[in-house]
Parts: sequence; C-alpha cells; structure tokens
Amino acid sequence: MSSKYDVLVIGGGNAALCAAISARRGGASVLVLEGAPKFYRGGNTRHTRNMRCAHDAATEILTGPYTEEEFWKDLLLVTGGKTDEELARHMIRESKDILNWIVEQGVRWQPSLGGTLSLGRTNSFFLGGGRAMLNALYLTAERLGVDVEYDAEVTDLVIEDGMFLAARLKRPVKGETEIRATSLVAAAGGFEANIDWLKQYWGEAADNFLIRGTPYNRGSILKMLLDKGVQEVGDPTQCHAVAIDARAPKFDGGIITRHDSVVFGIVVNKHAQRFYDEGEDIWPKRYAIWGRLVAAQPDQIAYIIFDSTVVASFMPTLFPPIAGHSVAELAGKLELDPVALEKTITEFNAAVRPGTFDHTILDDCVTEGITPPKTHWARKIETPPYLAYPVRPGITFTYLGTRVNKEARMLMADGKPSANMFAAGEIMAGNVLGQGYAAGMGMTIGSVFGRIAGREAARHAKN
Amino acid sequence: MHGTRILDETDRLMTVCNSCRYCEGLCAVFPAMEMRRAFSDGDLNYLANLCHSCGACYVDCQFSPPHEFNVNVPKTLAVARAESYAAYAWPQALSGAFARNGLVISIAAALSMAAFVLGFAALNDRSVLFGVHTGPGAFYKLMPHNAMAALFSAAFLYAILALVMSVRAFWRDIGPAIGGRADGGSIFQAVRDAGELRYLHGGGVGCYNEDDRPTDRRKLYHHLTFYGFLLCFAATSVATLYHYLLGREAPYPWWDLPVVLGTLGGIGLIVGPIGLFTARMRRDPALLDESRYGMDVGFIAMLFLTGLTGMLLLVLRETAAMGPLLALHLGAVFALFITMPYGKFVHGIYRFVALVRYAQERRSAT
Repeated sequence: MSSKYDVLVIGGGNAALCAAISARRGGASVLVLEGAPKFYRGGNTRHTRNMRCAHDAATEILTGPYTEEEFWKDLLLVTGGKTDEELARHMIRESKDILNWIVEQGVRWQPSLGGTLSLGRTNSFFLGGGRAMLNALYLTAERLGVDVEYDAEVTDLVIEDGMFLAARLKRPVKGETEIRATSLVAAAGGFEANIDWLKQYWGEAADNFLIRGTPYNRGSILKMLLDKGVQEVGDPTQCHAVAIDARAPKFDGGIITRHDSVVFGIVVNKHAQRFYDEGEDIWPKRYAIWGRLVAAQPDQIAYIIFDSTVVASFMPTLFPPIAGHSVAELAGKLELDPVALEKTITEFNAAVRPGTFDHTILDDCVTEGITPPKTHWARKIETPPYLAYPVRPGITFTYLGTRVNKEARMLMADGKPSANMFAAGEIMAGNVLGQGYAAGMGMTIGSVFGRIAGREAARHAKN
Repeated sequence: MHGTRILDETDRLMTVCNSCRYCEGLCAVFPAMEMRRAFSDGDLNYLANLCHSCGACYVDCQFSPPHEFNVNVPKTLAVARAESYAAYAWPQALSGAFARNGLVISIAAALSMAAFVLGFAALNDRSVLFGVHTGPGAFYKLMPHNAMAALFSAAFLYAILALVMSVRAFWRDIGPAIGGRADGGSIFQAVRDAGELRYLHGGGVGCYNEDDRPTDRRKLYHHLTFYGFLLCFAATSVATLYHYLLGREAPYPWWDLPVVLGTLGGIGLIVGPIGLFTARMRRDPALLDESRYGMDVGFIAMLFLTGLTGMLLLVLRETAAMGPLLALHLGAVFALFITMPYGKFVHGIYRFVALVRYAQERRSAT
C-alpha cells in the first residue's frame, strides 16, 4: 500500500478532516494532501469561529431551539431562493447530528463570544476558535491512523470517464510523485486567493480586493475538476465578501480586520458621496452585503464615517479610526474633497429626524428627504473628533463549485454521478448557497458534507 | 505609548486580541481584557500576572508566528510579568536582583549555606559538629533554639515586609477594579482558583509544553511543589507550637505530626521541582521567556535543595552527618527566605492578587 490508498483527501480544512476521519472510521486507509505548510493548514477554517446547526432544544451552550424548519427559512431568505432545496434540507437534517459528532472528534464548544452578533441561539462556537477546532481534528485524524502531508501541491488529476485514478504532485510524497487511490474527496476550497481568476469576472477591480484567508486558496483543484468534465454549479461572481479595513494585509487578515460600525455612521465613496442605506437591517443580517457594495464603488474604496459619541458602541478594532477635529481635517487625512464631505454630512445631519436610538432593534431614527435614506439608527454626526475607517472588499470565499448529490458525489457534465469522486466544503458550497450568507453556514457545509463524503468514499473503496 | 518596549508590545497584542476574542473561553486573561478598550501600564501588568502560561492561546491563534501579525501572548506576557516583578520590587534598590536572578539566588544560597557550616564549625567543637546527637534538643546542641528562632523570624519577617510593600505598589498600579468591589467572596474565589490552578488547563484539555499535544503535566508537578511547600511550612509551624506551648523539643519521632507533615511535604518538594524542571527544559522555546532561565531554574533549585536537605536530615539525623546536614538545610531555608521577594517566588503572590482582582471584576460584571 506504499502509494495506493483507499481514500485520497485533497485539502486540509474542516471539510477535508471530517471526510478523512469519517473515511478512516469507515475502515479505509486515508491520505490527506494539504497544499499549504503546516502553520497555514486548514484554509479558511483557521479563521472561523462557529457553526450553524439545527437543534430541537437548548443545550449547554445554545440558548434555545433552532428547528430544521427555521434554519431552512433562514437559508431561503439569505439566498433569495437560490439553493437546491433537496440538498439543503438534507444538510440541515444532518447538521443536528454534527453537533454531537464533531465533539466526538475532539472539538469543544463554548457559548457565543462576547460582542458577537446575537448568534447565541443558532450558532455553536468553537472553544479557542477555528484553529483550535482544526488542531483537534488533526490530532484525532492522526490518532486514528490517517496519513497527512503538508506542502503537498497537486499539479494534475488523472480522471477517465468520470473515474478518479491518481493525483500528480509537485514534489514527491513518500517517494512518489503520483498517488493512486480508490476514491477521491476534493475538499480544497475555492479560488478567492487567485486574483487572475477573480479578474475573469470582476475585471481590474479585483486588484483592489483583499483576501481574508490564506494565499493558498487558489482553486487549482476546482479548476482541474471543472476542466475534466465535472458539472459546474453556482454564479462565479458570488462570494462571501465583507467590508474590511483598507489597511489590512492583502492576505490572511482574518476576523480582526472587519468593521461592525456601519450602522453607527454613514458610508461614503471616494467622491464623499453616500451610496447605500447604512441602516437597512440589523447588522448580522447585512454585514455580508457590504463587500459587494464597496466593490461596486470607484476604486473599490469607501469610508465609514462617525463621530466620537459612538466609539464605544462596537467592538474595539485592530486599526484605530482616523481622526480629525473638523470634517475638513478628516477629509484631508482621507484624501477626500473637504467641501464634498462637509456637504454630505451637513445634508445628512439636516435630514435626521428625532427618534429613540436602539441598535438592538429596528428603531425609529430615520432620515427624511435624502437619497439614499438611512432607515434606522440615523443620528447626527456632529461631535468632534470626527472619525473614519477606510474599507475595501474583503473576500472570504467563493461560491463557484462542483455539483454534488446527497451522497456528496460529484455529478459529471452529462448529469451522471461520478464513480468515485466526492466533494465537500467550499468547493461545493454553491450547491447550497446560490447567493447571500448567514453566519456559520460555511462550516455546516464543510462538516456535514465532509462527513458524508468520507463515509461514501470509504464505502466505495471497501466494496 | 507605555514606559517600556514590552508593555508597548503587550498593548499591541491586547489590541489584536480584543478585536478577535476567539480565546475568551481559554482562561481569565481574555475576559479581563474584554472589560477594557484601552490599557494602562497597570492593566497590562494585571493581565500579564493573570496569565498562567498554559500555552493554549498560542497553539490556537491563527495569527501566531510566522503570521505577520506575530501574536505570541504567552511569551510576551511572560516577559511583561518578569519585568513587573522588578518594577514593583521593594526596596527599588534591589529590583536589579531580578535581572540576573539565577546568579543572585546561587550566590545567596552558597553564602548562606557556607555561613551556617562555618558558623557551626566555629562555634562548636569538632566532636559536637560531627557527633551523634539523639533525643529531644539534639539540634539545639549545634545552634541554640532561641538563636535559630530569632534569625529565621527576622529573615521571614523581612521577606513578608518586602512582599507586602511590593504587592501594595502593584495593587495601586492596577487601579480600582472595573465595577470595583473588594470583599471576602472575591478573596475566597481567588483562593480556590489559585489552589486548584483553575487557569492552568488550556481551556479544559490540559496545557501545552513541548509540542501541539496538550499532555503537559505541569499542573500536577506544580501542585506537588506548592502543597509540598505548604506542608513543610505547616510542619515548622506545628513544631514551633510544640516547642513553646507543650515544651516538646525537636527532633520528634517519625510518627509525630511535624515529621509526618514534613516528610510528605519534603517528598513533594523533591518530586515537584524535578518535574517542573524537566518540563521547563523540554518546553517549546516559543512559549518561554528564555532570558529568565536563571530566575525560573533558580527558584526550582532552591525548593529542591530545601526538600532534599530536609529529607536527608530526617533520614540521617541519628548519624554523624546530622551536624553538617542541619547546617546545609538551615542555609538553604535561610537563603530561600531572604531571596523570596526577589525571585520567582513572587509569581504566586502577584498571580493571587491578580486573581482577586479578576474575581472582583467578574462578580461585579454579573
């Protein structure tokens, strides 16, 4: 069995490890090929913190029930109906069991974090965060006898008639540059770190995107699979994108570059003009649209502007706000036209109607007579120092993927299921997420389909 | 900006961590951090002393090195902690003792032990020093009880004075508790948290030492050391009561309370420090303040020496080795006492005080 495994898992995140553990528990020999070095193992899982699972009753860490039906309705709402109902309902049903299964694999839960977006009832948080979760999964996989290789970049997949035969490697693993396996689980993520690929859909604007995860999410496995006849699913421009601090590094800035302050101020573009209702809905339901909104603005930059009265209303930020004693001074520091910014703020302040501010509900603080309006939490920006965060689109992950069925088995372009190829995680997220996002769903997709893919891959290999 | 580079770095890390918060379930440091948006010198020293160095937040952090954010909380807080000991030391003239602590402790121990050996030799006849003494009062043939009591009381009282003054400076610097309420409940909570090393647990799985597997046994070795120390202290206290209240003089038979307590404590003080030392040598350097090797090992060595000489004295007390061993043991204990305010011993005091403050803040937060 020197270079022939029952199950080959390509990828090293939540989906890949759940698949590897589940296949190994199913009696298969398993090799995991992680393209990144050990420190950066796990792709976006490194940066996650919770998972959305259905449950019929409160638990030690969840404050109340979250039924399958409610989960389904939330999914329907955020995707605007762009989902595969059969697959999505299957995932939601399976998610109930994941709450316990993942604990059996060594992962520990904790109640929702301080200062997070009211997720205490729906989302289970990983004690110590996503990397702690990954560490636990890797320890379990290794204890069970799963082989893991890092820096193991796959350069080609040998696939004949929808049947996986072997993977070719950039550098030898165990003396071999070609690994054969009876089943393949592709759990290698999306292509958000592949700027050239993003440019195919976004044009030059993609140069101004910041990538929230590691530079290793280049989508090379996804591309190979699609090129070799696996059916494509999902809109290539759809992704999870939030507005993050423009001062963040190009890659891997993770959670700490985000901003939760939009609802407390206004957002303007490089011409100092507002462009969207900052108070449309409560932040947990709207944070994931702001990446796309900023991406549509000139030079893909925007500025959240607020005053000193609201600083303590949101979580402290990694990068301090840029401050000015006057609007003009702030504009100067932001390199915005001071006259235009003063005009925007003056008009906004004049449009603010009296109301009772409460950021936890859809309050009655609104503007009147300006476009776009701010429909909740509108308060005058008038107490210096004036403060601003520059923001750019931060791409978390992409939705373009491989079509799968309920067994996590890939479907070929002609609609036939592949004999031995399975997919899990971000690489097939587009089956469930046609657009939009609700916190914690990426991990649900990863764990549920990872577990299924591993089980089915092992079953195929043992037959 | 803070007074020192390490406090600047600690501030930078706490700002990173406060915008992440993934680690808040691991220990007390992160919940305490979350109660603040900005950090004074005292806040940072409080957080540094609250850290038990379990290493979990390093292993779990997506921004730890080689990530460009370079977040290494255990190491940074270890350095800040050690610098805080010097910053609060009383009298300040002796704060330099922390910089080359291993050397200071070694010299203190060597001089102290030599002084007792030479002192015994000078004050006593050779036949007394190397004689076989048994029965009540045997030890006091070498050094009169009152002299012994006076000398050690003075050393002990000095240590207490210096520690109290240092802790006072620390307590003042960390300022009033957020929501402040100092009461017995907080102290009781802190006694429990310190007594069971509640936060030396990696969030529940255990601590990290040489690799990313939480298999560290430091909690066990620390319990052996700490409770060994307390048992030895109890043995001495009981013996003192015997002496003054009951008029019964040491040495006592093996089954008597002071000896039983001392024996159990002595075993702890031998096994515990060996375990802690071994763990220290195997620990991933990424988690350690390596420049404080001397301070860490110096204190462990002093405890081990105290335990070892005490046990040897017990076993060999009816032989001619009793005199020299008594001198060595008294020398070790004396050196331990006088260096207490200027070495690793203070970690327990500062951490306890930080736990009291944390208990106060938690109680007023809920």
